[in-house]
Amino acid sequence: MTSKSSFFKALNIKTLAFVFLFLIGSVASASDSKEGEKFNPGSLIIHHVLDDYTWHFFDGHYGTLYLPVILYTDNGLKVFSSSRFFDEHYNSVSYDGFKLEHGHIIALDGGHPLDFSITKNVASLFLSAFLLLSIFITIANRYKKNPNKAPRGIQSFFEPIIIFIRDEIALPNIGEKSYRRFLPFLLTIFFFIWFNNLLGLIPGGANLTGNIAVTLVLAVIVLLVTLFSTKKYYWKHIFATPGVPLPVMIILIPIELVGILTKPFSLMMRLFANITAGHIVILSLFSLIFIFESFAIAGVSVAFAIFMNFLELFVALLQAYVFTLLSAMYFGAAVEEAHH
Amino acid sequence: MDLVTPGVGLIFWQTVTFLIVLGLLAAFVWKPIMEALRAREGFIEDSLSAAENAKKDIEKLKNDNEYLMQEARLERDKMLKEAAELANKIKEDAKDETSKITAKMIEDAKAVIQAEKSSALNEVKGLVADLSLDVAEKVLRKKLEEKKAQEDLVEEFIKDIKVN
Repeated sequence: MTSKSSFFKALNIKTLAFVFLFLIGSVASASDSKEGEKFNPGSLIIHHVLDDYTWHFFDGHYGTLYLPVILYTDNGLKVFSSSRFFDEHYNSVSYDGFKLEHGHIIALDGGHPLDFSITKNVASLFLSAFLLLSIFITIANRYKKNPNKAPRGIQSFFEPIIIFIRDEIALPNIGEKSYRRFLPFLLTIFFFIWFNNLLGLIPGGANLTGNIAVTLVLAVIVLLVTLFSTKKYYWKHIFATPGVPLPVMIILIPIELVGILTKPFSLMMRLFANITAGHIVILSLFSLIFIFESFAIAGVSVAFAIFMNFLELFVALLQAYVFTLLSAMYFGAAVEEAHH
Repeated sequence: MDLVTPGVGLIFWQTVTFLIVLGLLAAFVWKPIMEALRAREGFIEDSLSAAENAKKDIEKLKNDNEYLMQEARLERDKMLKEAAELANKIKEDAKDETSKITAKMIEDAKAVIQAEKSSALNEVKGLVADLSLDVAEKVLRKKLEEKKAQEDLVEEFIKDIKVN
């Protein structure tokens, strides 16, 4: 056990070392590419937080992964590499009537193609899906192979978390009767958010869970699951809250109806804002170095960034927990039965 | 504004990927894991209660043994007591028997002695009678040697007969 924990400690230190190397590297490269221009931390940070058509690891010929562009136009589906948008000097050029402008593909003929490109975020999403499936299928096989045995290795790392979600999130918030039905969804959403939060913290990683589209989809799925599992009591609570006089009801019903939507909306905003904010803070700290162009500031920035990184590791877990917990509470309200 | 504008592409891929991951995990991961956990928890629960029961059984056995031991001890004491009583009784009986036999033997010996005594006395009596007869015969013989003495005696007998 001791050797294992020291191994993880070593791993963490290595990970952190990589974080700084990559972040400093990418910030430096960003400032390099705009030689002569004034360093603009705002655009740098937004560029790093937003989605991209390429996956930039480091400068140089092989440093950038050009991801495929998929466009659904009036003339059908168009698939080509995003490298077509750049010439050998990394200047933006147009290709097949499309051009990359301010991080968006625009049609030169003024049309509005639907963009289904495998962007950096989508690639990261596939990576996380692959990781989730391979890790958890491995774990599930261990359970099948060794029933009634104590968990070992990776299985013993995830088992307490799985049991925690079952016993501390699902069971108390949804209730004995129907918590089993929601458990697969809660487990999936927890590990999906956690894994992607952590992947986003890896230098060069995509800011997937800090992207509003991703959190929107998660929140909408939670909303749909909630609505499709509602029982009579849920609607009775909204349209005929017991003990409320009719005039108050007229005000209360619209509020309650809006409340159905504000719950998933808060889920969406909370996750998006927390993760994006973390990224922005770390990038801002590194930007300070290039604003002041001073080694003294670098020391302070790095110290703060180390602190922020640890905080973000915690936030990654916390936000996954909060999202799962609140989802469980909404499901619990949906399946609640009258007990007054 | 880009930051808060969801892109169509990412919405599409996120929906598709998340639902696929959800479906696969629910079918091939969470279901077996949950079943395994439940089975293991049941197994542990059963094992613990089995151990508890075994402990109780052992306790019961121990109590039973204690009871049996106690019983056996009582039984032993009782048997010892009975044996002692029996031995005592046998001793008493033997004593009684012996004294009876002794008494009878003394009685018999007395009877035999009595018999021997009386027979000896009788013998002595016979012997005395014989001796007396012999003496008398000798005396008579000596007395009646003279003729006259014989005639006097006859005379006397005749006299006696006449009277009768």
